[in-house]
Amino acid sequence: MSKISVSNLDFYYGKAQALHGISLELPANQVIAFIGPSGCGKSTFLRTLNRMNDTIPNTRVEGEVLIDGKDINEANTDVVALRRKVGMVFQKSNPFPKSIFDNVAYGIQINGIHKDKADLTARVEKALTDAALWNEVKDRLNTSAFGLSGGQQQRLCIARALAVQPEVILMDEPASALDPMATQKIEELVVELKRQYTIIIVTHNMQQAARVSDKTAFFMLGKLVEYNPTDKMFTNPNEKLTEDYITGRFG
Amino acid sequence: MIERRRLVNTIMTTLTALCAFAVVGILVLILGYISFQGISSLSWQFLVQTPKPVGEGGGIGNAIVGSLTLLGLASLVGIPLGIAIGTYLAELGSGWFGTIVRFVADAMIGIPSIVFGVFVYALVVLQQGYFSTLAGSIALALIMIPIVTRTTEEIVKLVPKSMREGALALGAPEWRVTWDIVLPAAKTGIATGAMLAVARVLGETAPLLFTAFGSRFYNIYLDEPMASMPVQIYNYAISPFEEWHAKAWAATLVLITLILVINIIVRYTTRKGY
Repeated sequence: MSKISVSNLDFYYGKAQALHGISLELPANQVIAFIGPSGCGKSTFLRTLNRMNDTIPNTRVEGEVLIDGKDINEANTDVVALRRKVGMVFQKSNPFPKSIFDNVAYGIQINGIHKDKADLTARVEKALTDAALWNEVKDRLNTSAFGLSGGQQQRLCIARALAVQPEVILMDEPASALDPMATQKIEELVVELKRQYTIIIVTHNMQQAARVSDKTAFFMLGKLVEYNPTDKMFTNPNEKLTEDYITGRFG
Repeated sequence: MIERRRLVNTIMTTLTALCAFAVVGILVLILGYISFQGISSLSWQFLVQTPKPVGEGGGIGNAIVGSLTLLGLASLVGIPLGIAIGTYLAELGSGWFGTIVRFVADAMIGIPSIVFGVFVYALVVLQQGYFSTLAGSIALALIMIPIVTRTTEEIVKLVPKSMREGALALGAPEWRVTWDIVLPAAKTGIATGAMLAVARVLGETAPLLFTAFGSRFYNIYLDEPMASMPVQIYNYAISPFEEWHAKAWAATLVLITLILVINIIVRYTTRKGY
């Protein structure tokens, strides 16, 4: 069974419809890339998966998003529990104005995951290790997170997301503001993390989508144009539109 | 063309620098003149003694204690309340109620301080039948609340949305996001707003004339009249005696120094930790 199953999803910002009848199945333990021109709705779609759009006034969602078979848009859904299960990494790294340690510890603490102080420390170390950041920060855990480089900050945000033990991680252009070296690290990390997590990554970088993902979804004007294994998308897509976009004939 | 660009650049840079110097210069002039006039009367006795008749010395000890007591009590109520209201306006105040609160706060900032004095006089002093420290503190707190409210709102609004979303995405409820992330991120700015309010009320005379009234003695009771530095300065300054005029200058110097010291302490303790 799919980890996430979306059917006939419509989304509105006020009267403007941003998503038109999206249906797709997202399998567990894979990396799924969302590609498409700016404003095509891929970020909006990503944010419907952990109900992050709830924070924007005058938005409306119709259709069904099932995660592990449960509709997340039902009235009795525990949004806090949902967001713990479906973590998110944003386009711009957004560390809290706290120490490196406290940034990672925050999610653990508010969700009351840890048993005691030693457990908390262990979990923070594990998250930072999994995010390939531990060796760079282990000697300055109590210094400000703002003292890290852009790439390190983004990996800190990934560690923060990992620390609450999510099952799905949504990544909204996580490497778009980073240099090639930092980007490479994030990409290696994404491939590494899919063993434990289901990862959905929005990207404007075709090569990146080709490198890291198992499946790719191409969006345009709020519609899902094509959704196929990445190999097929990049070598022999079904749709002419997909081919035009991937080969850079527009967008 | 390049020459013209350089010329305009030089002229504009010079102009803005001159403006900056003019502002700083005026401030330095004021401080310098006050120091020059006040420093001769400054002494340990002046800082600890109560006022005495002309020719017998005397000082502003009770006024310093009084001002700090009034300020402390007013801050205890005014600053937390102002921060709470400002946070409410920034986080939840987008509806009609928020608009009303914001309008009232703006109006309150514009009200002359003497009006607060008369208001508290009618509401507290007349009801109780005596001038008191408590009444003075209430008047000062009323002046502080809208200042702290509006600066807090502006600062809290500046905290980037991405930071809030980061916390929400971890499963933090809204109130925890505000408490754990937004307020700590805004604390330096909030402290600046609180300092504005402190500096403002520490120099207020008019609202205290009707409420704390003034006193010639050391006082620690909330239900008795209380001396304060601005009122003491006023009394010294309007007297016909040269000696008292000098004391007014000295008291002014102490008042300004006090505001400066409080400012530095707050800046130091709330400086960006992270």
